[in-house]
Amino acid sequence: MYTSLVDGPIDVAALLAKVARHANGATVLFIGTVRDVNDGRSVSGMEYTAYRAMAERELADIAREARERFASDDVAIEHRLGTLNLGEASVAIAVAHPHRGAAYDASRYIIEELKKRVPIWKLEHYVDGTREWVSAGSAKREAHV
Amino acid sequence: MTVTVLLFASYADSLGAHSLSLDVSPGATVGDVVGQVRALPGAERLPAEPLVAVNERYAKSNRILAAGDEVAIIPPVAGG
Repeated sequence: MYTSLVDGPIDVAALLAKVARHANGATVLFIGTVRDVNDGRSVSGMEYTAYRAMAERELADIAREARERFASDDVAIEHRLGTLNLGEASVAIAVAHPHRGAAYDASRYIIEELKKRVPIWKLEHYVDGTREWVSAGSAKREAHV
Repeated sequence: MTVTVLLFASYADSLGAHSLSLDVSPGATVGDVVGQVRALPGAERLPAEPLVAVNERYAKSNRILAAGDEVAIIPPVAGG
């Protein structure tokens, strides 16, 4: 199990290497990236901040829960903080398991819990030069996209 | 006694600070601290019952605080 908040680009290959074992027949990789439109507004970038100590603790708790629920020891999660450009990865989750079902389920569990509980916030930068904290309302609308 | 209040994102912008040192009565709860913070200038955006963490764990509003506790008022999270 590995979880970390990072201040630079996420190295996806390194993350996959952390969960690689010959016992595993399936590896699921989820990558969340900065999108160019949110709520109909053109986005130019995103700034992520966190309550760092608590966010690290919550991420570790979620990884532990995934291990217990899906019997998967091989979980690696990184969330990036700071200013990101369009298309850059803000979060990456690698889960490996002997079978694909549990790997998919664990991956989904981790991203959904992360979005609910981990104290991370994003300040959207728009093409028109304005900035806005992404609120629960727009996060909810995001979920329908 | 004194507790430390941590503010983030839109709440920090509204109140113009990322942390505050707050004097509270012994036996004060999370709800009491939120009430005191909501009375500060710029706190109009804070809901009556925001998410709160005490010492890095989510806590209920009736949680009784101890001197030196770190009380974080958590805006709606938006990770991922």
